[in-house]
Parts: sequence; structure tokens; C-alpha cells
Amino acid sequence: MNLEELLAIQKETKQKRQQKPKQIRCCIASGCLSCGAESVKKSLDNAIKEAHLEQEVEVLGVGCMGICGRGPSIEIDPETTLYHNVTLENIPAIITSLNQTKTSENLPPQGDLNHPFFAYQKLIVRENSGKIDPDNIDDYIAEGGYQQLHHVLLEMTPNDVIKEVTKSGLRGRGGGGYPTGVKWATVAKMPGQQKYVICNADEGDPGAFMDRAVLESDPHRILEGMAIAAYAVGANHGYIYIRAEYPLAIKRLEKAIQQAKRYGLMGSQIFDSPFDFKIDIRVGAGAFVCGEETALIASVEGKRGTPRPRPPYPAESGLWGDPTLINNVETYANIVPIIREGGDWYASIGTENSKGTKVFALTGKIENNGLIEVPMGTSIRTIVEEIGGGVLDQGTVKAVQTGGPSGGCIPAHLLDTPVEYDSLQKLGTIMGSGGMIVMDQDTSMVEIARFYMDFCQEESCGKCIPCRAGTVQLYDLLTKLVERKATQQDLDQLEALCQMVKDTSLCGLGMTAPNPVISTLQYFRDEYVSLLQVT
Amino acid sequence: METKTLTKQPQKSGQKVDKRFKILEVTMKRNHYRQDALIEILHKAQEAFGYLEPDVLEYVAHALKLPLSRVYGVATFYHLFSLKPSGKHTCVVCLGTACYVKGSDKILAALQQELGIKSGETTADKQISLLSARCLGACGIAPAVVFDGEVTGKQTAENVLEKIKNWQQHGEP
Amino acid sequence: MVVKTLIINNQLLTASEDQTILEAAKDAGIDIPTLCHLDGVSDVGACRLCLVEIEGSSKLQPACVTQVQEGMVIQTETEKLQTYRRMAVELLFAEGNHVCAVCVVNGNCQLQDVAVRVGMDHSRFPYQFPQRKVDLSHPQFGMDHNRCILCTRCVRVCDEIEGAHVWDVASRGGQSFIVSGINQPWGDVNACTSCGKCVDACPTGAIFRKGSTVAEMNHDPEKIRFLVTAREQKEWTR
Repeated sequence: MNLEELLAIQKETKQKRQQKPKQIRCCIASGCLSCGAESVKKSLDNAIKEAHLEQEVEVLGVGCMGICGRGPSIEIDPETTLYHNVTLENIPAIITSLNQTKTSENLPPQGDLNHPFFAYQKLIVRENSGKIDPDNIDDYIAEGGYQQLHHVLLEMTPNDVIKEVTKSGLRGRGGGGYPTGVKWATVAKMPGQQKYVICNADEGDPGAFMDRAVLESDPHRILEGMAIAAYAVGANHGYIYIRAEYPLAIKRLEKAIQQAKRYGLMGSQIFDSPFDFKIDIRVGAGAFVCGEETALIASVEGKRGTPRPRPPYPAESGLWGDPTLINNVETYANIVPIIREGGDWYASIGTENSKGTKVFALTGKIENNGLIEVPMGTSIRTIVEEIGGGVLDQGTVKAVQTGGPSGGCIPAHLLDTPVEYDSLQKLGTIMGSGGMIVMDQDTSMVEIARFYMDFCQEESCGKCIPCRAGTVQLYDLLTKLVERKATQQDLDQLEALCQMVKDTSLCGLGMTAPNPVISTLQYFRDEYVSLLQVT
Repeated sequence: METKTLTKQPQKSGQKVDKRFKILEVTMKRNHYRQDALIEILHKAQEAFGYLEPDVLEYVAHALKLPLSRVYGVATFYHLFSLKPSGKHTCVVCLGTACYVKGSDKILAALQQELGIKSGETTADKQISLLSARCLGACGIAPAVVFDGEVTGKQTAENVLEKIKNWQQHGEP
Repeated sequence: MVVKTLIINNQLLTASEDQTILEAAKDAGIDIPTLCHLDGVSDVGACRLCLVEIEGSSKLQPACVTQVQEGMVIQTETEKLQTYRRMAVELLFAEGNHVCAVCVVNGNCQLQDVAVRVGMDHSRFPYQFPQRKVDLSHPQFGMDHNRCILCTRCVRVCDEIEGAHVWDVASRGGQSFIVSGINQPWGDVNACTSCGKCVDACPTGAIFRKGSTVAEMNHDPEKIRFLVTAREQKEWTR
């Protein structure tokens, strides 16, 4: 494959897509699939055939459109009409409406693309989501795919690439927020012939599905981002560590890798350059702690996924003791646009210390459930009230939880806080990987804290004492509270133990396990006190 | 070293070879008997056998030249590996935060009461296994329940119990 | 040998550059409590008892896996560290079934020593009273899981020194336990050479010699260190 061939595929695919005047795009990502998207797409295919419209209408299966709470969704071009909650009964009406001569009855509810849900978003990571067929590499190439890899391999030095990423100000999207450019530079500087790049797709936070949607909707973007990263740090072997709970994402990644290999976009001497690169998929087996990078490495090596003390950091001694770069799915997804538009462009979006956009999985008691991508600095109020359309059933927001079991709650009176790494940390929560769960007036914060502690005690690997035994005791104390059997002494003990587990645990899981308790204690102490036994 | 003959090891020529062990053997060969492929191989073994019985674990350990305790340690570390046979049908209730906030705990409680078993257990008649999951990533359609591998969204205790009753009555999904 | 100077508990001392804080402190006669560290085998940093405060570092660092650095200023006995250590030991006692009065190593137990050292006389956390097994299938030794603190010293000594890898950790979190073979009785594990290194490595009465009565048994963890030095430096006497 060379650039001419790549551009030829791009041109050809674009032309092919424009041949038919109408295009119906059906979301076939997991969310919509579980609402029956597959049969909707099949019926559409059949109906088009029966109406002899094959020459005029193209039905395309695409990735996530974002508004997952109202699936199955379809979008019809060129008018860009969006339909929600499509059922099989709606199909004839949709077909009739295609020729626009009359508005037909029985159409599914129509989505408003000018609604704040769409209007307030800025798509970088999800620019191709819901637009291209994730199973077809040509579709990705039509959108300019793999051109940045070509540009990097033939026109940039590894150092140039790292400089561009550093300039962009991109920070790790997995939760920690470590500057990506610095991480890359560290791995690049390490001596040694053998280095690895790993994509962390072990998205384990309950209530988060950003990475899954990206992998299901635009898998080649991750492959291209990883290849660019490998070139920059001097690696030639990559691994994608993905949780087994995402079978569709695994299938699409496998297919994408096959296609990239066939086109020579993966393998040896890519674009006739000296750069070789291959990617293997490693499937997890259900362990939240494997999102921690040293545990992830142990799991890739086929061992129990237990973390080890750092230093040495994976950048120095990672997979099989070699220097290893680990980034999360969303981080890699940002690389192609950064190279294409430049680091300065990326740095112009967002706030001073948090650049670019962030994808959130907006769920819980909220009107518009789904995936959103907003510029850093957007206020949580905008996300909840405008984009999310407010709380379900006219309820009121009590708190918004971010960061999953490692994060905390933002109470209603602080909703004007912008989403940024630092501002969230100041409130005692974290950006995390992007789960955002809205809780209404009926939610008991102590029960939520107990829910997360139950999660942590179950997911603790058991290696270090504070996390293994401490989370069990914390869970018991919270249960005592929920059952109204706790005393002031128990509450004091709860606080002391939270601090101890936070300060002394070996890895991130234990260190952050008490956060949901600490943060709810900070903002909703009354609730805890009201549950105490009167003595 | 181990000298014990395994009850379910592929038999010598002339005898019928358990097809499931053949699948396992092919998978291990494809992975070049690499020790770091243990998790992939266990996935495949569970797929073929339904669960990881001790004989299978022992067989894998020998083939990959891994200590028995190491293989057992890995197999019991990960939630998705099961060392016990599961029921004919499985019902997985998602307890991810989004589902929890929308009442999946109540669905699970109703199921536990109806079936008389706890999450992670199988009914005495080996018909139904009840499990809970930590987020299926289907938060948009919370609360989600998986019936025999099929994710369904926006569930309530009532319609989940109905589904289960169907299983119990017809033994069919 | 490159020498580094550092300060531990206001005491100026020197250490060689490849030493950990724990080793440097021990050489200087400063005692840092630990349970999972065992001379001669790799460190895992799991018991968190050896955490120390290092000036300029916001996090507490485990002394057993932190290399010394020039000019380090370390505190090992601050009020915070003492509080946390005591809580960690309380958590251990609440987690298992530790009854010193009927234990073979009463008076010669590292867990007991550490409890005394950190001033723990009872656990403020409710005892969990887990249902755990006792394995007496081995002809010479026994394994009482009630007394196990999951320090994994037996696992490491069996794997790294004896090369038999009889033991490993099974399950996870609070359900974790030390497993022999494929979760079979210890006596049935063919890989076991009955060398007894795990018995000497065990800090509590979990792994014991059969026939010992209360307070009668002695561990010899030093033997592990001796074996390693003997092999590496050919010094076969001690």
C-alpha cells in the first residue's frame, strides 16, 4: 500500500457512497442492538428490496449515535432526519416517507438534531461514530483514515510526533490524567530494542461505556493511533487488552486488524517505510483491578491480575520487563486528529490545564441517556440540564457521580463546576474514565457509598491488607449504618479506616476505594448522622 | 512430577478421542503452548466444556508446563471462569451503577426470592443459574438483564419473573 | 560500591546504592516492622507495615521495595504511621481466626511480635470468624488456614528457592486463600518435595510441623537467607 492507493480507495468509496441518492444509517452498537436494532436493519433491507429501491437507497450499519437511551436509532441522509425508538411496525412508514411526497403516519419519534443534546457537543473522538460502517476499512479510509499514519511514517521523526502530542496538552483519559506527551517521551528515551504499546480497553467502571462505543464504532482509529504511538516510542508490537464483557467490540477489532493486515497497513514495512507493527488482542476474564496498569500487564502475561508496587513504572519495566507504553482507548482515539490538525489546534480547545474534549457516558435518572462528547470546561450543569435534558419525571438533581468506584459525588449546589481534571479533584472526585451518573432526590447517598464499597471489596485482588481486609470492614460499617444499627463510634471508625485504606493501599484501586464514602460524607453528612442509632 | 493418569485425557490411538479435548489441543497449538496464553486457553476450555473441571485444568497445566497451583490460582482469580457447572439457562442481572440507580437491585432480590437461590448459584434442578454482573456497558438502557446471552434493557421485576416462569414451565427460552 | 548517605529518624547513616530502605535501616539497628518481607526471596510490598514517610513524597512508601537515594530524609515512627500499622494488624486479627493461647508458635510468632510492637492488644474491628480449613494430609507438616495472613512467603520460597511451586494464591479479595496444587490436599501434591522451607518461611502458625504442641514450635526464617547465600557465594556453614 502506498499513498496513491490509499487516496484511490478513499475516492472510490466516496463515489460509491454518493451513487445512491438516499442513505439510511442504522446504529448497530451494543446499546441499540439490545433494543432490537438488528431486526430493524434486516427489515429495512428487506423492505427496500421489496419496494425495488435498491438503486436509490443504501442501508448502512454504523456505530453509536450517542443517544443510547432511545434506541434503536436510524438516521436518513441527505436530510439528516433522526428517528428514535424505531420498531418493526414503523418500517413501512419510513419507506413511504423516503420519497417525501407525503408525510406518512406511524413514523417513529423524530429526533431534533438542533437539540442541545447534539448542539452542545464537539466531536473529535467520536467524529466518525454513527457515520461510518465499523466493519469496513474502506469507510474509514474514505474519511481520511490511515493518512496520518502515512504522514507520520514518511514525513515526521518520532521526536516530532512526541512534540506534537506534548504541544496538544492531551492528558490520559483513563482517569489519572497524566500528560500523554511526557509518558511517550519517557518510553521513547528508554534504552532497549524491544518495547511495547498497550491499549487499555478494560473499561470496568460501572456506569461507563465510552471506550466500548469507540471500539464498536470506529475501531481503525484506535489501530492507527496505536501505530503512531508505536512509531513515536520505538515499539513494534502492540496489545489491546479488552474485557470479555464486550464481545462485539472484540469481534470488530479482530476484523479491523485482519483488514488492516490485508491492506498492508499493519505488518512489516508499512507504507514502504522501515516501520513494522503488529497488534494482538488479549481478552480479560472479569477483573476490575486489571484496569490498573501493572495488574493489566500481569494479566497480559497470563497471570493473576495483581498489581505490583511502582516504581519501576511500566515505561521503564513493563511487559516482560521491557519498556511499555500504556494508554487508554480514548487517549489513542485523540491521536489521529491531533496529528491531522496539529497540537496547537487541540490545545486551543478546553481549559488551561485540561485540553480537548471528553467523552462521558451520561446515565442514571436522566432524560437523555447516552454518550456525549463536550469540550473540557463545559459545566456539569450544562451537561445535566441542557444536554441531558434534566432529571427523569421532573425530579431534581441531588448529586452527580463521576469517576465510578474511585470517584465521588458532586452535590447539586456545585453543578456549575466545569469538567476539568483539577476542578473535579478539588471537589474530592475525579474525572475518571468518563462515567457520569445523575442521582435524584430519592437516592440515598449512604446506600450509594455502600454500593461502591461492595464493588471494591468484591474487586479487591486481595494482595495488600488495607484493601483486602479494610474494604470488607468498611462495607460492614456502611451496612450497619444503612440498617440503622450504627453509633457515633462506628461513624468515627468509618472515617479513620477510610483514611487508612486510602493512604496505605498498594494500588489505585485500594487508594481510591474510600473516595465514594469520603465524598458523600463531605457533602451529605446529615444523611449519615440521621441514620445513627439514638443512644 | 505428576504421574497420575487423567481420566479425561485424550486416549491412545484406536480409542475414541473426546472432541472437546481436540478443540482444546488445537487452541493450545495455535498459541504455541505459550504460558502467557493461559487466559485465552482457559476461555476456550470453558467454551468447550461449559465450565473448568479439575481434569481440564490439570490437562492445561501439563500441556503448558505450568504448576498446578498457578493454573488454579488464575482460574479462580477471574470472575468469568466458573469451576462449577452452570444451569441450562442463565440469567445475569447487571448491577452496574446506572442499573442500580434504576432499581436492578430490586430485580435481583425478586429473582433470588422466586428461585430460592443467591446470585452465583444454580437451582437444584440445574435449570437456572442466577448471576450478577458489574456493568455490561449497556447503561443507556438500564436496568439491563441478560437472558441466555441476550441483553435486554429497561427491565422490571415483573417481566423478568415472567421470563423465568416461561423457562421453568417450558424448559425453553 | 557506591555509597549513599541518608537520614532515618534523624540519624545520619550510609548505605550501598543497591540497598532498600528496609535493609539500610536494619544495618543501622533501626527496626521497621514487616510481615511479608523474607530475606532471600523477592519482595511484594503487600503487608504495608513497612510504610515510611519520605520527605518530599506525598505518598507513604514501602521500605522493602524502595531503593535508598542520596540525601533521603525518612521517618519510620510518626504518629500517623503508628496509627496505620496498628490498624493493619487489627485488620489481620479480625480477618482470620488467630487464637494465640492454642497456637503452636505462641511466643515465637512474627504476627504476635508485630502486634506487641505496634501496641495492639485487641481488635476494634469486629472479628469475621471465617470458616477455614485445616489440612493435615501431609505426613510431616500441617496447614491451618485459620492462621494464614496471606503474606505469600510460602508461595515465594517454594517457587523461587525450591522450584516446586506447590503453593499459589487462589480466589481473590477477602476470599483469597493459599492453595496447594489444584486445590487438592497438600499430601496429594506430587510436586512437593517435603523440604520444609515453607514451614520455616511462615511467619505465623499457619504452616507447622506435625506433632508440635502449643508454644512448642520454632520457625527458622534465617535458614532461607542462609540457603540463598550458600548457593550464591558457596558459603555452606552458618
